[in-house]
Amino acid sequence: MRTVPMYGIMAEFTSPKDLAAAAKSAHDAGYRKIDAYSPFPIEEVAEAIGFHSNRVALVTLIGAIIGGLSGYALQYWVAVINYPTNIGGRPYHSWPSFIIVTFELTILFGGISAVFGMLALNGLPMPYHPVFNVERFAMASKDRFFLIVFATDPKYDPKGTRQFLEGLHPRSISEVPS
Amino acid sequence: MANPTDEVVVANKRAPVIQPGYTFATVTDKISSIVLTRPTSFGWLVGFGLGFMVTMMLLFAIGYLFLRGTGIWGINIPIGWGFAIVNFVWWIGIGHAGTLISAILLLLRQSWRNSINRFAEAMTLFAVACAGIFPLIHTGRPWLAYWMFPYPNTMNYWPQFRSPLLWDVFAVSTYFTISLLFWFIGLIPDLGTLRDRAENKYARMIYGMLAMGWRGSARHWHRYETAYLLLAGLATPLVLSVHTVVSFDFAVSIVPGWHTTIFPPYFVAGAIYSGFAMVLMLAIPIRKIYHLEDFITDRHLQNSAKVMLATGWIVAYGYAIEAFMGWYSGNRYDSALLWNRLHGPYAFWYWSLLACNLGIPQLLWIRKMRTSPVWLFLVSLVILIGMWLERFVIIVMSLSRDFLTSSWGMYYPTRWDWMTYFGTIGMFLTAMFLFVRILPMISIFEMRTLLPEAEVKHQ
Repeated sequence: MRTVPMYGIMAEFTSPKDLAAAAKSAHDAGYRKIDAYSPFPIEEVAEAIGFHSNRVALVTLIGAIIGGLSGYALQYWVAVINYPTNIGGRPYHSWPSFIIVTFELTILFGGISAVFGMLALNGLPMPYHPVFNVERFAMASKDRFFLIVFATDPKYDPKGTRQFLEGLHPRSISEVPS
Repeated sequence: MANPTDEVVVANKRAPVIQPGYTFATVTDKISSIVLTRPTSFGWLVGFGLGFMVTMMLLFAIGYLFLRGTGIWGINIPIGWGFAIVNFVWWIGIGHAGTLISAILLLLRQSWRNSINRFAEAMTLFAVACAGIFPLIHTGRPWLAYWMFPYPNTMNYWPQFRSPLLWDVFAVSTYFTISLLFWFIGLIPDLGTLRDRAENKYARMIYGMLAMGWRGSARHWHRYETAYLLLAGLATPLVLSVHTVVSFDFAVSIVPGWHTTIFPPYFVAGAIYSGFAMVLMLAIPIRKIYHLEDFITDRHLQNSAKVMLATGWIVAYGYAIEAFMGWYSGNRYDSALLWNRLHGPYAFWYWSLLACNLGIPQLLWIRKMRTSPVWLFLVSLVILIGMWLERFVIIVMSLSRDFLTSSWGMYYPTRWDWMTYFGTIGMFLTAMFLFVRILPMISIFEMRTLLPEAEVKHQ
């Protein structure tokens, strides 16, 4: 017997269809702490494991609004309050001139929030992760599809879960040490 | 298991986006092996070496510039904006095609973009990097260029936000940052693939660090796709705004030939026109040398040629409106500019521009031309030259003869102008050579989604 605690049990499939079907069966069987790994995005799999919405869009929206507001505020403060200069007789608060920088900063902050928000919500960078202990997992970035039931799932039971996964006709089953 | 790729339907004579017969494994192997197992060829070394030498020439030209000042260039009064600004606009324009392919075609669900977006984005980055050099060294005191950014300083001084030149600083730096982020997050899953497949220990470590522990989790993919789509949605108005802002550098002034409202759309169309020409000039040799004809098919060449035809005609409309307004406005300075273009001292270059951008590209109406790599390559070269001439005509010709005859002048580029210009082409090529050698030049994970076996529905 292993002495290390288990992270979960992982089943390997050879096609996205099989993975989507297996993920759905696992979710229907009451498993909630599950995840699936694939070499490209598969919408149906995320749906099957019960992951319907994420907060990336919200983070991006907040970032974009902050960018736009701070861009305009900066220009207003500089051009009207702190460093007013007469340029061609225009009023200090010549807002049409401020549109472009406001727009660019909206995009800049929105884009940075989208990327770093996505990475943060995904918990990346993460140099070590238990799933990499499984040798066959290297193929998850090529042409194999994996379904994992985490040991923290309330329904998890080393024997029963393994039997359940075997019933899904995977190509192989591996135990994932943590 | 039946081979589902047999079901690929080739709609009436159109070449497929990806040749049938590929699987997830073979697509992965074919693209990643170029980086991981293909030995560094002699041809690559020669190409890289040449590019590197020309880059050294650029550094030499810039070094001498810093020593002596911008007087070594051909610029003078009245022509204060010479090659530096011509090259800046040219390079920025070339970058636009990469963003168009990666962002706008993604939003339009043009899946054929999946095999050319990665290196088109790399092209964007390198082109914008080349472009950024020019305004910087054109300032004369590039070591003070950070004064253009708003930051609290002991001089209690702030930038002037009503100037198009300052808008340009924000537009170009935002464009570079967003292009870099877009390119990098596109690379993350593929870096994971390279990490898992690299035999070399150090390669595995470096790709592993860059992949940041990507493991292809369904939750990660879900957030990833949202972020990618949002970034495309943000990059789309951004790319249209960048050349618009560049055109404001001219259009907001009162110089005849610059002071016109057609500039923003006409500049954006010209940018995409030259950008696709550069994409083709890179794609055609790359697909030949690395045997990627199955991924970058005739369909890609044809579609790019059609984009060039369409944007070429928008540019033609811009020329027509400029000429029409020269006559219709009744403004004597505008009419003088038109006459000057057709008959003045730079008339040869105006007529060459019309030949390069309007005349020769019409060959693309012929299907044989659109499917012949050699002809496409040559037409693209002509378009790139034509678009460079367009910027030369707009900038130099307009400045050379403005309102007062006493302030007319002529501009002659010096060897330093040419060395700096060709030097940036060398820098661009060096970066492209490095890119195709160390990173996957085609997006592997997006190619996988094009395969019929990636389909989950209809089971």
